[in-house]
Amino acid sequence: MAKLNLLLLAVLVACALGLVTSQHKARKLFSALEREHEHARELDVEYGRLQLEASTWGQHSRVARIAAGTLGLRIPDARRVRLLARDNAQ
Amino acid sequence: MTAGSVAAQGLVRLPVWRARIVLAALVAAFAALLVRAVYLQAVKTDFLQEKGDARYSRVLEMPATRGRITDRHGEALAVSTPVKSIWAIPSDVQLKPTQRKSLARLLGMGTRELERKLAEPEHDFVYLKRQLAPETAEAIAKLALAGIYEQREYRRYYPAGEVTAHLLGFTDVEDVGQEGLELAYEQSLGGRRGSRRVIKDRLGHIVEDVQSIRAAQDGVDLTLSIDSKIQSVAFAALKAAVERHRAKAGALVALNVQTGEVLALANVPSFNPNNRANLTGAELRNRVITDLFEPGSTLKPFTIALALESGKVTPQTTIATAPGRMTLAHYTIRDVHPAAALTVTQVLQKSSNVGAAKLALAMPREALWDFYHRLGFGTAPQLGFPGAAAGRLRAYRSWRPIEQATMAYGHGISLSLIQLARAYTIFALDGELAPLTLVKSELAARGEKLVSAETARAVRAMLEAAVQPGGTGPRARIVGWRVAGKTGTAHKQENGGYAADKYIASFVGLAPVSAPRVIIGVMIDEPAGGYYGGSVAAPVFAEVMQATLRLLGVPHDAPLEPLERPGALDEPREST
Repeated sequence: MAKLNLLLLAVLVACALGLVTSQHKARKLFSALEREHEHARELDVEYGRLQLEASTWGQHSRVARIAAGTLGLRIPDARRVRLLARDNAQ
Repeated sequence: MTAGSVAAQGLVRLPVWRARIVLAALVAAFAALLVRAVYLQAVKTDFLQEKGDARYSRVLEMPATRGRITDRHGEALAVSTPVKSIWAIPSDVQLKPTQRKSLARLLGMGTRELERKLAEPEHDFVYLKRQLAPETAEAIAKLALAGIYEQREYRRYYPAGEVTAHLLGFTDVEDVGQEGLELAYEQSLGGRRGSRRVIKDRLGHIVEDVQSIRAAQDGVDLTLSIDSKIQSVAFAALKAAVERHRAKAGALVALNVQTGEVLALANVPSFNPNNRANLTGAELRNRVITDLFEPGSTLKPFTIALALESGKVTPQTTIATAPGRMTLAHYTIRDVHPAAALTVTQVLQKSSNVGAAKLALAMPREALWDFYHRLGFGTAPQLGFPGAAAGRLRAYRSWRPIEQATMAYGHGISLSLIQLARAYTIFALDGELAPLTLVKSELAARGEKLVSAETARAVRAMLEAAVQPGGTGPRARIVGWRVAGKTGTAHKQENGGYAADKYIASFVGLAPVSAPRVIIGVMIDEPAGGYYGGSVAAPVFAEVMQATLRLLGVPHDAPLEPLERPGALDEPREST
């Protein structure tokens, strides 16, 4: 009888320690998850900023100004443009 | 056992009452504990639970990010990004003079203004400055001042600035839509804030998610039908024209005929949505959608379409227009180019008011009203845009003959530019009136068929004649594509009458004529100097149409010969 009690005590202690460990692990993982969520939010914000930047630099009026002014490009004469029809029309 | 034997064993017999007292005391003590336990567990449990939670459990607000607005190719047109707001608890703020000076400098305000804001002890929350750039907020945080805190907020940026200002509208300081599409799509763009309960440890880390009270829902991104390149070209062309003609305002709308999508929608004067100080009402007005005007001659094609549809006339039918004026109840309708007789085609080409009036008078007013009504005049377009104007189309029972006649050439009826441009889809789609949308859609628009394909094609051919030399709008032509359209020069309504020297010049047209893809409507308000639709609005149409067709890759349908310039005889004069 005493042997069984000792065995059960050992099992109980083991379970208790297991619970504590797993709780600790769960909390650690959870805080890691939180960090990743935070990181994801930051990346999203960053993406928004980059989108803004890309859109600002890529404004058609700015591109047109640089193309015409700095690079000396111009729209080709309509007679020098050839349009190709797509073979397999959708 | 006898008393004697107890005594003999050396034991003293205690009185029974002592044991009873001890027992009673123990029972009483347990009873007290029990009562206390019941009191705490059952009666005060909520209060205690709350106190306990307050030690480690926190409810976190989960902010929702506002959805982005992009053009049809994914180019960002409106993006919210976080900024910092600085706030203070005035009673907690103790500043040394040097600190005050540096804080005021960072906030971009005078020390006196800062003191005034902090000198309100009855308030325990004062915004010092909202929506600061993150770098400035960081510099303020580095000062580490007591009683000064920062708060994360969102601010909306519009990279295209004034080019898309009227279309997108803007949001207020709380990032809630106030105008334009920001207001129209507030529900889906705004998303929904959420909150959740978490357990935090001593260091403030979240260690456990207890429950999600309400999940945050980020705003949905909105993809518009707008093509930002066409929009940019349209805005630049319109702005240049308004400046060149010293006009009060201008508006332009470009439609994709096949899908009913709005490709560009521009207004001048405009404003910078990123910096809205000193805004005036005139700059805020979206003239394409919310402003009404009397369209003038741009309405004539519809009168003619109905006349053709009724079978009473053909494009070759001759109408007597001599002597170039017609008097109806004390009111005289005049033509700028008086002619003895004009065919129906020439009525449109020369923009003859008398001819159009005669055609309208030959039809029952119910039929005219019904046609205008079915074209969407007098009904607000289903765009979901706040403040979309319905226009004014009076009930036909109240029409007098003179009104029926003037309506034929676009007076006595008012509409918005987008309604007018949409009505032109019947000439582009062989009689179908396309429903419009500001949101990207790949589906071909299926609309109501208002006139037969033959009628639509006949009017299209007349509209093409109207932009040939000899018509009123030769400056609308472009190299490489056949265009068709109609000019309008209407006297402005003022104080219940017509102003003698104030005009609205307009042009609505489509291209390419062989297989229409794009409709563009242009309206210039009060141009100074030359005021005819053919000389003020048509060149804007030509410039934007050429760029649009090139950007869309539409095949040429006209020889690539340079256009002969319109001669002196082809001056685009007209009186409406």
